[in-house]
Amino acid sequence: MEVFLQTLVAGTLKGGLYALIGLGMTLIMGVMGIINLAHGQIMMVAMYLTYVLFHYLGLDPYVTLVITMPSLFLIGILVQKFLLNPLIRVESILPENQVLMTVGIGMVLTEVIRFIFTSNYLSVKTSYSSAAVFIGGISFSVALTIAFVFACVLTLLLFWFLLKTDLGRSIRAVSQDAEAAQLMGVNSERIKVITMGIGSALVAAAGTLLLPIYYLFPDIGGPFTRRAFVITILGGLGSTVGAIFGGLTLGLAEAFSSTYVGMEFEEMIGLIIFLLVLLFLPGGIKSLTKV
Amino acid sequence: MRKSFLPLLLLAAFIIFPFAVKHPYYQHLMILVLMWVAIGSGWNLISGFTGQVLFGAACFFGIGAYTAALLAHKLEISAWWGLPLGAIASVLLAFPFGWICFRLRGPYFALATLALNEILRNVATVWESLTEGMVGILVMQTFVSKVPYYFVALIIAVGSLALVHFVMRSRWGYYFVSIREDQDAAESMGINTLFFKMLSLCLSSVLIGLAGALYTVYMGFIDPKVVFSLHDISIMAILVGIVGGVSTVYGPAVGALIMVALQEVFRTAGFGLLPYLGKTTGWPFLSTVTKYVSEAHVLSFGILVILVILYLPNGVVGDWNTLKNKLIFWRRNAV
Repeated sequence: MEVFLQTLVAGTLKGGLYALIGLGMTLIMGVMGIINLAHGQIMMVAMYLTYVLFHYLGLDPYVTLVITMPSLFLIGILVQKFLLNPLIRVESILPENQVLMTVGIGMVLTEVIRFIFTSNYLSVKTSYSSAAVFIGGISFSVALTIAFVFACVLTLLLFWFLLKTDLGRSIRAVSQDAEAAQLMGVNSERIKVITMGIGSALVAAAGTLLLPIYYLFPDIGGPFTRRAFVITILGGLGSTVGAIFGGLTLGLAEAFSSTYVGMEFEEMIGLIIFLLVLLFLPGGIKSLTKV
Repeated sequence: MRKSFLPLLLLAAFIIFPFAVKHPYYQHLMILVLMWVAIGSGWNLISGFTGQVLFGAACFFGIGAYTAALLAHKLEISAWWGLPLGAIASVLLAFPFGWICFRLRGPYFALATLALNEILRNVATVWESLTEGMVGILVMQTFVSKVPYYFVALIIAVGSLALVHFVMRSRWGYYFVSIREDQDAAESMGINTLFFKMLSLCLSSVLIGLAGALYTVYMGFIDPKVVFSLHDISIMAILVGIVGGVSTVYGPAVGALIMVALQEVFRTAGFGLLPYLGKTTGWPFLSTVTKYVSEAHVLSFGILVILVILYLPNGVVGDWNTLKNKLIFWRRNAV
């Protein structure tokens, strides 16, 4: 029973962070209609940025959020403005050229980081990295709990932004119907640029929050891109609420499979869920709530 | 008339090639090019013509390769049987996969193929009792000379080009293109889109599976990291298709030549030119450059993906006319 509860707690905490990763992806998905396959790689860049700030300036990883989120917001904006938006005007037979472009961007980011930092494993060791608090015999990792709280706050902020501000309304309008939004006077190209920035900033936050408990190497982006992708499919494409449930489900599934089945299946479980969802629930969690 | 002679002339040149160029290194490169022609044609059939982009060409490649390797390793049958059986095995994979995943459209299908690629690589790594895991499988090569392999590869490459050529001339080809252009319209015209997407996927999995089996037979060693590689097989297949020309019959052949050459330039640092210069002149600068160039091959692929999509979206063959005009324009300006 204790093992079960412990797994449940660990999975939920991790799931909160996954939700943050999935939210960025699903926002981009909703507005642009493409899956951003450089998502995990953008997160990896944020993690390296945090590492540099921690290692050379001695900043606490959580303080670096103030720097990593705006910097990755900027990177997201530049990528969208100069690499993805121009593609709309390129005449190509291949329909998926935007997705392919994100693959290329992901490869370039990974390899540039590899040039600078080599493939060695790095980690950020803080006083709370391995600390834990015990409540009723169940351990709560301090770093994961703080990360979970941060993730919840950021998620709430995002929802406030999407629901209450003009810009947020424009983003939702573009994701519902880009052409209609344009006719109503929304500059959809600018919205796309901003959305890409927000998505990148969210995943950057997730990366920074994960760093105290994770190790770091250039290829870490790939598995996280895959997770984000599974979360988006699981939650329903373009659904922000779905992404939160998707993230929690994936976090729990990974935790339970690594406790009860075996560590080597942790990476695979997401892909198995992905295929099961496609078979039995093609619309994702979104299709359960809205009839 | 002139146009129909060109392929025959090229074919003759390819048949003469191994007798004219005796150096095993160049023969090896040509075998790789021919293997990539088959993979590129397969990719082009499902992605370029039918519009269902295959991000995980390595899953069929790996299945073909492992079929051949396991035949030799477990059943002690000649790995050459892997050529037909590998093709069959990859169709057996393509069939249920397509049946499940063709309910996805556009980018989601592409990503499902990517997921399949990752699943298979994990399975091949974890299932050690069957695949030996990361250790890999060693298969004895049958011939010392590269010429027999060259001709097998040539037959496969020419066969795949001919297959694509004739399929695209037939009624099926028009169905494929109509599915790419507008699936709903095709469906409403009475085309069974699921059936024809499956057909296209199965045909292309045959070609890619064959290439995979050829890889095992020729290279003699496989492991999950090599044959299910995302960068070196799946992305490379996409690049071969795009650089050469999406939805052109001969595009993948041109693309294979360019991409294998490019890969080799980076792997050997300019065909050994840079290390040689570094050794003769003794400049430490050049050896650093050599080190970086040989590490940069994935980076170069990434940059190439970005540049090609932005500036040459339909490939060398597809954009040939614009490319030619641009070159002439540039020359005129220079004069």
